[in-house]
Amino acid sequence: MQRYIVGRLLLMIPTLFGVAVLTFVVMRLVPGDIVALRYAGTGASVPQEIIDQERRALGLDKGIPEQFADWMAGIARLDMGTSLWTGRPVVEEVSLRLELSVELAIIATLLAIALAVPLGVIAAVKQDTWIDYVIRVFSIGGLAMPSFWIGILMILVLLTTFGWAPPLTFTSLLEDPFANLSQLIWPALAVGYRYSAVAMRMTRSSVLEVMREDYIRTARAKGARERLVVVRHALRNSLLPVVTVISLEFAFLIGGLVVTEQVFNLNGIGKLLVDAVAHRDYTLVQAIVLLLAFVFVLVNFLVDMLYVFLDPRIRYS
Amino acid sequence: MSAITRDAEELARIRFQERTTAARARRAVKDFVLHRPLGAFGAALIVVMILAAVFADQIAPYDATTGEFLDLLKPPGSMPASGDGPGFIMGTDPFGRDVFSRIIYGSRTALAVGFIASIVGSTLGLLLGVVGAYAGGKVDQTIQRLMDVLISFPLIVLAIAVVAALGGGEDKVGNVIAAITVPIIPRVARVVRSSALAVVEMPYIEAARSVGVGAWRIMLRHMVPNVFAPYLIMLTAFLGQAILLEASLSFLGLGVVEPAASWGLMLRGAGMQFLERAPWLAIAPGLAISAAVFGFNLFGDSLRDALDPRLRTA
Repeated sequence: MQRYIVGRLLLMIPTLFGVAVLTFVVMRLVPGDIVALRYAGTGASVPQEIIDQERRALGLDKGIPEQFADWMAGIARLDMGTSLWTGRPVVEEVSLRLELSVELAIIATLLAIALAVPLGVIAAVKQDTWIDYVIRVFSIGGLAMPSFWIGILMILVLLTTFGWAPPLTFTSLLEDPFANLSQLIWPALAVGYRYSAVAMRMTRSSVLEVMREDYIRTARAKGARERLVVVRHALRNSLLPVVTVISLEFAFLIGGLVVTEQVFNLNGIGKLLVDAVAHRDYTLVQAIVLLLAFVFVLVNFLVDMLYVFLDPRIRYS
Repeated sequence: MSAITRDAEELARIRFQERTTAARARRAVKDFVLHRPLGAFGAALIVVMILAAVFADQIAPYDATTGEFLDLLKPPGSMPASGDGPGFIMGTDPFGRDVFSRIIYGSRTALAVGFIASIVGSTLGLLLGVVGAYAGGKVDQTIQRLMDVLISFPLIVLAIAVVAALGGGEDKVGNVIAAITVPIIPRVARVVRSSALAVVEMPYIEAARSVGVGAWRIMLRHMVPNVFAPYLIMLTAFLGQAILLEASLSFLGLGVVEPAASWGLMLRGAGMQFLERAPWLAIAPGLAISAAVFGFNLFGDSLRDALDPRLRTA
C-alpha cells in the first residue's frame, strides 16, 4: 500500500512536467508578447529601444530554454515568480481568486450532492415509472442547458422581480458571511444543476446495477425493511462511481467556471486565466494551469485512496 | 458452369444480401423507435436541426448578417419598418437583425463544429487507444502519459489555449473546431484503450497474427470493429459537449465572431447588455443550444443502452 502511494505520487511528476512543458510552449507560440500588447493598446508608436528595454526587464530577451530553466528553478524553490502584467507576486494574485473559486465549487458540490443522491436513488428504486422518467428528463435537461445560460436567466428573473444585479466586487466569507453567500448562491445553483445531473445519472445507474446483486436478495429474504435494503445495502455499495464523478467534477469546477464567472461578474481563477492569456502574462498563465492540473491529479489520487475506505475489498499493492 | 449463369448467380446473391441488410437496418430503426421513445425523440430533434441547417437559405425569412437600423431591438411578433416578410417571430437584436433567422443560421455553425470536432476527435482517440492497446510496452506508456497530460488540462482551459495559440477571429472557425477537438482525443482514447485491451487477448487476434497478418491490418480490420460500440457512444456523447463548448467559447469571445451567426455569440454582448430591455435576445439562443444538446444526449443515451447496457459514461 505504501509503495503504491509513493508510486502514484511519483507518477504525478511526469504528468505535471508534461503540463508545464506544454503550457510553456503553447504560450510562446501565441503571437505577440506582453510588451507588444501593452503598447498596442495605447496606439502610440514606441521606439524599439524602449520595447527592448522592457523585454529585458521582464526577462523575455533570454533564450527559450533559459526561460524554462528559470521557471523550473523557481518552482523548485517554491517561488512562482511575479505577474508580468501587474508586477505583483503570482501567489498573491492567485490566492485572492482561489478563495472565491474554491468556495463556489464547494457550495455547488454540496448543492449537487444534496440533490443528486436522493433523486438518483429514487429514480433507480422507481425504475421505469413516471417518477423515474420525470427525474431523468430533469437530469438530462441539466446536462443540456449551459450553466451560463441558466445564470443569465436567473439574473433576468432576479433583475425584473427584485431589481437585484450581481455585485461588482467580491465580499469575502469572513468579512460578511451573508453578503458573501447571497452573492455566491446563484452561480452555485446555476452550476450545481448541471453538476447534480451528472451525479444523479451516475447514482441511478450505479444503484440499479447493485440492486441486481445477490446480497440485496439476501437482505430482502432475511426480512430487512426495503428502506434499509436501499439505504444500507444498495446505496453504500453503489457509492464508488458516484464519489468518482463528484470528485472529478469538483476538480473541474475550480478552473472550469470561466463562463459562469463572466456572467456573474465574479473574479475567479477561470476569469484570471482568460485575462492572463489575453495579456500574454506568461508567469501567471503557467502558474494557474499548473495549479489546476495539480488539483486535478491530486483529486484523482485522493479518489483512488478514498476507494480503500469506502470499499474494504479494494486493496492496492 | 458457364460464365453467364455464374454472373446471374452472383447478381442474385448481391441482390439477396442487399435486401437483407436493408431490411435489417429498417428493422433496427423500427426497434429503436418502439423500444426507446426518448432516443427517437432525440433523433427527431437532431433531424429537425439538420434540416434547418441544410435549408437555412429557404427557411430563414430575413438576412442573418445584416439588419435595418430602423428595426433594432424590436420585440417578438413585430413587423419590420419596410413591412416585408412574415415579421420578426423572435424579435431583433441591437443591429436590427432578425433573431429567428440568426438562430436558423446558427444551427449551421453548431452542427458543423459539433460534428467535425467530435468525429475527428473521437476517431483520433480511437486510433491512439487501439494502437496503444495493441503495441503495449513503451508505445502504450508514451501514449498514456501524453493523454494524462492532455486530460489534466480542464476542457475549457485546453480549448482556450488552442484558440489563443492558433488565433481566433473571422474565418477562423477551423481553429475553434481544433480547440474543441483536442480535449476530446484523450477522453476517447482512454475508454477505447480499456476496451481494446480485452480485445487484444482474444484468440482471433492471436490467430490473425499467427497466419502472418500485418499489425496495421489487425488493428484496423480486427480490433477497430470490436471497439466500435464504445467509440460510437463516446462520439455521440461528445457531439452535445462540442456544441456546448462552441457556445461557451463564442460567449467568451474566443470562438466564432460577428457577423457570423452562432448561438453562444448571440448570448454574448447583446444578450447580456440588453437583458432587461430585450430579454428575448437571451432566451431564444439559449433554448436553441439546450434543444440541440438535449437531442444529442437523449439519442446518445439510448444508443448506449442499445449497444452496451453495461457501459457507463456520465
